[in-house]
Amino acid sequence: MPGKIHVQTKINGEETDFLCEARQSLLEVLRDVLGFTGSKEGCNDGNCGACTVELNGRIVTSCLVLGVEAEGKEITTIEGVASADGLHPVQQAFLENAALQCGICTPGFIVASKALLEKEPDADEGRIRHWLAGNLCRCTGYDKIIRAVMDAGEKMKTGGR
Amino acid sequence: MRDFEFKNARTVDEAVSLMAEKGSQARILAGGTDVIVQMRVGRRTPERLVDIKDVAEANALSHDSERGLNLGAATPCYRIYQDQTVSKTYPGLIDAASMIGGIQIQGRASIGGNLCNAAPSADGIPPLIALGAICVIAGPNGTREMPVEDMCTAPGQNALQDGEVLVSIRIPPPQKNSGAHYLRFIPRNEMDIAVAGVGSSVVLDGDKKTIVSARIALASVAPTPLYVREAGEALAGKEASDGAIEQAAEAAMAAARPISDMRGTIPQRKHLVGVLTRRTLHGAIERAKEA
Repeated sequence: MPGKIHVQTKINGEETDFLCEARQSLLEVLRDVLGFTGSKEGCNDGNCGACTVELNGRIVTSCLVLGVEAEGKEITTIEGVASADGLHPVQQAFLENAALQCGICTPGFIVASKALLEKEPDADEGRIRHWLAGNLCRCTGYDKIIRAVMDAGEKMKTGGR
Repeated sequence: MRDFEFKNARTVDEAVSLMAEKGSQARILAGGTDVIVQMRVGRRTPERLVDIKDVAEANALSHDSERGLNLGAATPCYRIYQDQTVSKTYPGLIDAASMIGGIQIQGRASIGGNLCNAAPSADGIPPLIALGAICVIAGPNGTREMPVEDMCTAPGQNALQDGEVLVSIRIPPPQKNSGAHYLRFIPRNEMDIAVAGVGSSVVLDGDKKTIVSARIALASVAPTPLYVREAGEALAGKEASDGAIEQAAEAAMAAARPISDMRGTIPQRKHLVGVLTRRTLHGAIERAKEA
């Protein structure tokens, strides 16, 4: 079987290259090769959304992307959401609305919510619930998460990021 | 996951030769939302994966009024429903493309992959069959075409020969006064696998009252997606009435041969086929009247 493959990519705005086996998922590469442990492994089969990252501007479950598929792509992980100035409005809203308990699902929810609100800060509750159907939380019952995302949308409309 | 060889094809010819070299030990990678899961649990163990997302023909999404829709086999669902022309022209396809998985899955998963994966429950397949879609297949001996309803041969099995690649799906331009609709039943709002699904299409005549022809296909009620020719034929020449629709629903129920499993029972699935056939026919007729 072939050895490791050299992959050149951009992660959170920085040119990054790594070596991986064909069988390693992007999630495994992020966590185990590159040390980006913010993306979580929940189900590892595309159902739970805890490993959600942006790949060329679209949210995907990184457990269902091969590391080698990152060649030439741009990836944003939870580690790329906050800036030097502080937390992203979505992160702040999750804190203020107590939208997390155990926290395993949180990075996926935040990456997914940010991707929605950047395009549609006006998204209503129905739209948010539909957009986040691929993110599972077993703690909160979702209402606090939805409130946080709506709250973040309001802030982003009025001058936040 | 067992290790394998990853190859990125740039052209159709390259994809075919990379597949042909390994025969049954090679598998195509499009969105990966099925094949990566299957490889992880050991259900499929290809020695080589051939990524076709950089093959232009497999990433196509173009429509013209003479040739219809050219849908690349690896074109992800979100591109289909974000395209305003395609959304307006093929709403029956959009029904499925916007309900497969969640937003993350729709960012990767393709209708062509849904077809090749050949799950009995595939939401993408009944609308293709209802719309009379054709598979465009490249292989070592050239290109061939095949109706979508002939593609799935058993659960997880398709009609592709070793070395063959589904390059694209061609959907004919919609006829005048035609419409299509796909619905499935799941016990929650999103992110589930169809207990039963029905895709219907109708063509109405000029007065928009009489059905010229219809096609009906079912999901999750047989080992493969099921084209029920007789259900569509029951409608041909009839007025678009509840009575005619009921005859089609009965034909669809008679053709369904579901199993009982964790998702539903045989009687429930048969019942659902009747309900969904009626609803999708009403939906297709409404769309045909608006077309």
